[in-house]
Amino acid sequence: MGSLRLRNIRKAFGAHEVLKGIDLDVKDGEFVIFVGPSGCGKSTLLRVIAGLEDATSGSIDIDGQEVATVPPAKRGIAMVFQSYALYPHLTVKDNMGLGLKQAGADKADIEKRVAKASAMLSLDPYLARRPAELSGGQRQRVAIGRAIVREPKLFLFDEPLSNLDAALRVQTRLEIAKLHRELKATMIYVTHDQVEAMTLADKIVVLSAGAIEQVGSPMELYNRPANLFVAGFIGSPGMNFIEAERLGDPGAKTLGIRPEHITLSREAGEWQGKVVHVEHLGADTIVYMETEKAGLLTVRLFGEHPFHPDDVVYASPDRSLMHRFDADGKAIR
Amino acid sequence: MSKARTSHLRSASVHLALGAYTLIALFPVFLTIVNSFKNRNAIFRAPLQLPGPESFSLIGYQTVLKQGDFIGYFSNSLTVTCVSIFFVLLFGAMAAFALSEYRFKGNTLMGLYLSLGIMIPIRLGTVAILQGMVATGLVNTLTALILVYTAQGLPLAVFILSEFMRTVSDDLKNAGRIDGLSEYAIFFRLVLPLVRPAMATVAVFTMIPIWNDLWFPLILAPAEATKTVTLGSQVFIGQFVTDWNAVLSALSLAIFPVLVLYMIFSRQLIRGITSGAVK
Repeated sequence: MGSLRLRNIRKAFGAHEVLKGIDLDVKDGEFVIFVGPSGCGKSTLLRVIAGLEDATSGSIDIDGQEVATVPPAKRGIAMVFQSYALYPHLTVKDNMGLGLKQAGADKADIEKRVAKASAMLSLDPYLARRPAELSGGQRQRVAIGRAIVREPKLFLFDEPLSNLDAALRVQTRLEIAKLHRELKATMIYVTHDQVEAMTLADKIVVLSAGAIEQVGSPMELYNRPANLFVAGFIGSPGMNFIEAERLGDPGAKTLGIRPEHITLSREAGEWQGKVVHVEHLGADTIVYMETEKAGLLTVRLFGEHPFHPDDVVYASPDRSLMHRFDADGKAIR
Repeated sequence: MSKARTSHLRSASVHLALGAYTLIALFPVFLTIVNSFKNRNAIFRAPLQLPGPESFSLIGYQTVLKQGDFIGYFSNSLTVTCVSIFFVLLFGAMAAFALSEYRFKGNTLMGLYLSLGIMIPIRLGTVAILQGMVATGLVNTLTALILVYTAQGLPLAVFILSEFMRTVSDDLKNAGRIDGLSEYAIFFRLVLPLVRPAMATVAVFTMIPIWNDLWFPLILAPAEATKTVTLGSQVFIGQFVTDWNAVLSALSLAIFPVLVLYMIFSRQLIRGITSGAVK
């Protein structure tokens, strides 16, 4: 229960093509995250899966059944929106039960399923309240509860955490992870936040300009990015890119090294340079330095390091963790 | 309001301007009501004086209630106004929802076409409307008035409501679709409650011209049974003799129903229930 197969999904608004042929397989029980910069088409893709937008062409199978002509309510999906989208005139309980009521489930059954979901999300004290009387975090939990109650084949999340403040975001993230373990349901989640993507996903789909750049587990994307875009997008701070010519590597066009794979020394090293700016984060120290050989570099050091702007330092990359890209931006392996 | 941003002088001048405007706007109403309680001589001798023990008289109201079927006129006016508002709001909101929610060819053009009526007075079409009503046998019925007023109110309603409906969150409508609500249920149960303040605005703007209209009742429904209040009051205005007591009393009475309707709608204007729906 709950597999998804997309074949050659295209979506155009007038002459503007938003999705340029998406192929994707999601297995039952997987947590898949669509990630990409704004405007890359990830939300549109989610809407197409939900049936809120019609694809211009291509096929969508949920559980092996073609659903292109099936209305959203009959696709066996549930969706959680960024803006919560709770019904303002209904209580929390009615908000959660409305979908079942529309589907014609009997009262006792609705009652039971709402009770189960509200226990899972600790919403019991709020069941009789209206959305206006809840805080942002509680509202988002109600929205998630509304999805759980439907017992869907597919959970769809559209940037569910981006309206929450930082602390709540972490807490709700944990809650969603826990939910995925408990329900063992298939979940598709859209976000532009790579931390959410890395921490929650079984499988990340990186999208850019309406096309899939790479699909893989979080560590695969981190360790073996398929191209420049993925290499730059995954990881924070972003990967350093250096023109291969400057370092005398004729086989590649661009070299990439992650900030955490560079070591700094005051005495000796491969690239001499001057510190431009330092950010002290406690657990990490981020050093921005201008080198003669490799240009502007970002270096991430663990722990506290007393570097200051204008210090002369030497940076040494870990050659075994360097990434090489050809003229098209593809990784050379 | 914070003290830092308002000086006493500025707030005094604002209040002065608003107060002056209120006086100017209310003066004719005041004059009408005051004089409706005076006898004929007092109305002419001292129109600005409040009714005293000598000048006080209810003769105007007595005439109004005796002559002609004023209760009937009132109920005609109320029926026409209420039914017209109902249809204007219903059809206006439906058209506005379609224009703001669905992408289809000619959407913008259709929106412009539906709003065009704001700029073209419906009275230009009086002759054609009258011919149509005669042909369909609707002359001297309230239906004729309701149809005309609904048409008259629609352009503004579509214009205002479609702007408001664009502001209703797409996520909310989509959540409804996923929960299996039909498009009608989404319209009536999710969208309409959220645009209630806009609906009240439209209702007020639609109601007043309908209530005050003399033109169409005179042309389309001048029969005794279908007279509206404004038309009914005209019996007291003659070419040579005008019964001012009766005219003023009739007008004073006509103010109240519309005032009540306004109060009902204006309460909705203030109430906003969107909070909590989306962020």
